[in-house]
Amino acid sequence: MSARERPLRAVPGWLWAFLGVTLAVQLGLQTLRPPPAAAASDLPPAPRAAALRAASLGEPAAAARLAMLYVQAFDLGAGNALPYRRLDYARLRAWLRAILDTDPRSAYPLFAAARIYAEVDDPAKARAMLEFIHEAFLEEPNRRWPSLAHAALLAKHRLQDLKLARRYASDLQRLTTDPGVPLWAKQMEIFILEDMNELEAAKVMLGGLLASGRLQDPSERRFLKQRLEELERRLASKP
Amino acid sequence: MPPALLLAHSTLLEARRSGLPWLALGLLAAALGLAAFLSQVAVTEGRELQAALAAALLRAGAAFLLAAHVAASVVREANDKVLELALALPLSRSQYYLGKLIGYGAIGLGFAAAFGLPMLLWAAPGSAALWSASLAAELLLVCAASLFFAVTLASVVPAIAATAGLYLLARSIAAIQLLARGPLAEETWTQSIARGAVDAVALLLPRLDAATRSEWLLYAPPAPGEYGAAVGALILYTGLLCAAGLFDFHRRNL
Repeated sequence: MSARERPLRAVPGWLWAFLGVTLAVQLGLQTLRPPPAAAASDLPPAPRAAALRAASLGEPAAAARLAMLYVQAFDLGAGNALPYRRLDYARLRAWLRAILDTDPRSAYPLFAAARIYAEVDDPAKARAMLEFIHEAFLEEPNRRWPSLAHAALLAKHRLQDLKLARRYASDLQRLTTDPGVPLWAKQMEIFILEDMNELEAAKVMLGGLLASGRLQDPSERRFLKQRLEELERRLASKP
Repeated sequence: MPPALLLAHSTLLEARRSGLPWLALGLLAAALGLAAFLSQVAVTEGRELQAALAAALLRAGAAFLLAAHVAASVVREANDKVLELALALPLSRSQYYLGKLIGYGAIGLGFAAAFGLPMLLWAAPGSAALWSASLAAELLLVCAASLFFAVTLASVVPAIAATAGLYLLARSIAAIQLLARGPLAEETWTQSIARGAVDAVALLLPRLDAATRSEWLLYAPPAPGEYGAAVGALILYTGLLCAAGLFDFHRRNL
């Protein structure tokens, strides 16, 4: 006890009781209250990026991330196995667009689009998300290529749409100029072409890549040479 | 007149002489002006936009003005030794504390009435009255919080900061709880601890997000049960803050 404080017995008994009762009632009521649930049945219309920026009070990076937290809190019914499937994807896309425009350097909207919203079982909704990712990639290829690479994989394996996957892989290979973009991402188109049985095109691309001298890793060169030889064998055996 | 009411009267006089009514008028003019300006820009729902914006600005502005006034007034009285002088009179600590709270609460009531009147421009009288009464209960809670922090911390800036922190947290705790329970929240032990901590903090806070909602002005008044629970919780929490403040005040060595 400091010199500024009087002993506890200086507090009248009725005040002890008053404090105890009000605290107990507060805790009791709050404990009995059901946990808060999302009241809205669907995402509200997205604000414009300019409105989000104005509301951010000069902190667009923070506002964009808070807006992402807000959007991802919509699960449309706890216990739903595929909650995002039921979202209005036109609105969702508008929200992600506004958030991306508010902070174009944030990877959050595209990550969520590629890893959460595009992985639903509804092909039309997944395609809408993949197109959003592609559109965003075209604006800044060197920064946003990871999401497009994932989009190409989803198009190939989940949607079984090799044409779409090739379009994404081709854009990724053509438009990224940053040397930091890994070769596996740039080589995606070759493997998709193989899957499409476009062996001639795949051979030309693979040969071009090997001839370009951009492959520094000997084991990587060896692996791709083997693939090239295998392609040539398959082409030779083709009727 | 009972000593507590005399003190309340002097608190009201102090507020009048310190220019608080002018500040309230300025806030009213700024909120209505901004709402009118933005409604001109809006493509649709101009009336609703005015009502929602004015209500939100007046609610937050009133809470801030009142919290700042209470903190500054209590700390000034302590620094000027007015507190010692008052307690040297035949006046108990509880009477002094409650007298101050009644005075500040009356100012809050005045604010709620003044800020509720313009809502009649956009909302039905019943809805405006319910909104205004809820604002009065909310401002009473803000007074109790600011008085508690000013007495306990004995300094203006920390008292205002603590009151603002409590107010903002109480208005956003439900949203924070929702985020903590979101569908992407992983079931790791750190996540469980974080969720438990958020729930524990929520137990100790009033649900200000459930009170004085501008939706009541735009769409329909709340159901009686919902309204009673929201305002009742505010009054209960005011009692808790009052008890905590009195407890601390009784322990202070003056």
